[in-house]
Amino acid sequence: MIDSNSTPAQRTSASVEQRADAMAQAMIDSGLAEKSFVEDFAHKAVEEWVPRNGARIVVKAWLDPAFKARLLADGRSAVKELGFDLPAIHRQLAIKENTADIHNVICCSLCSCTAFTLIGLPPSWYKDFEYRARAVRQSRTVLRELGLDLPDSISIRVWDTTADTRYMVLPLRPDFTHGWSEKQLIGLVTQDSLIGVARLEMQGIQGSERVRG
Amino acid sequence: MDGMHDLGGVEGFGPVQRSSYTSVFEFSWELKVHAIGSCMLSQKCWGIDEQRHAIERMEPRHYLASGYYERQLTGFMTLAIEKKALSYTELRQRLGSDFPLSRPSAPGRLGRPAPRNFKPGQRVRVKNEFVAGHTRFPSYTRGKIGTVVSQSAICHFPDASGHGLDAHEEMTYDVCFEASDLWPGNSDGAQVHFTAFESYLELVE
Repeated sequence: MIDSNSTPAQRTSASVEQRADAMAQAMIDSGLAEKSFVEDFAHKAVEEWVPRNGARIVVKAWLDPAFKARLLADGRSAVKELGFDLPAIHRQLAIKENTADIHNVICCSLCSCTAFTLIGLPPSWYKDFEYRARAVRQSRTVLRELGLDLPDSISIRVWDTTADTRYMVLPLRPDFTHGWSEKQLIGLVTQDSLIGVARLEMQGIQGSERVRG
Repeated sequence: MDGMHDLGGVEGFGPVQRSSYTSVFEFSWELKVHAIGSCMLSQKCWGIDEQRHAIERMEPRHYLASGYYERQLTGFMTLAIEKKALSYTELRQRLGSDFPLSRPSAPGRLGRPAPRNFKPGQRVRVKNEFVAGHTRFPSYTRGKIGTVVSQSAICHFPDASGHGLDAHEEMTYDVCFEASDLWPGNSDGAQVHFTAFESYLELVE
């Protein structure tokens, strides 16, 4: 953080890692945090907040039209049926359904909000300035850069997460999954497809290898 | 505030690139930063809007030159000190060095208008307002006309809660714009939706 443009407040010899260590230790020493607070958080962030949660919701919606109707009407209540309780600050869960000619994609231009308990903590590109600046204005180009080349017949809806409503995309179920088990289907749904930078029917069966969590 | 964080539509950035790592955190200190924020929020040392605003208040050159988790940490250290949960002097002793914080906040605003209950299909304009403190309408929507799609969540008014003020709750709306109205002649075609607090909108007669 030292260059000719830096302000006095930025000139520091302490690395960001040292600053994080100092703050974490000060929190523990002053009783603000338990000794194990980082490990406790790691469990939630890495083990509990996984894209497989969103995948389970998507597949339930594919297989159960009545659930899908409830999910689209009131996402927050519907996902409770599957045992997912959203953080209090995520006041509403709005599910955006892809169709053959509509594609939904989520972003947060002002910070990096997501429904992280359901789709997992966002990948680094979601938080990068490039995505935050360009997803709203150059959506089709950005999707292409991320590997999704949409035909002109598909129109794009961009959802900029500016309040405490959280979004998740409901991908289209690919035709090639006819007869698949619920478990197989869950394995197909990627985090990319829940954010809306991939379409499962366009990436083919090999897409299932990209699933995370 | 018209800050560096308000990036929607800003030009000059290059292609979006996937990272080379597949885990959620690239470095273990990033996990620690996230844990710090999560802990302080759950301890109610501050609220989520104050947390967002503390990051927005970073000196612009520092904001742009920092990665996501350095921006988060800078906001957390700033709030912990402002709220007197931790002391600058003590942290400085631990580090043996000064360290960067965000800049001070401008005053927030309370603003509690009578509910207007916008209806789906109504045309609304995002007010031509310049708010010195925290606010949650992206500047690319300022003064632009869109269409109300539906009501969204009822939320605390962030222009107040971002400053620790006693914020009222108000309706937010899903408002849809054509990208070609937001950036005529210089955007990819799309519908761009954002969730607008009622206070940000006025009816187009």
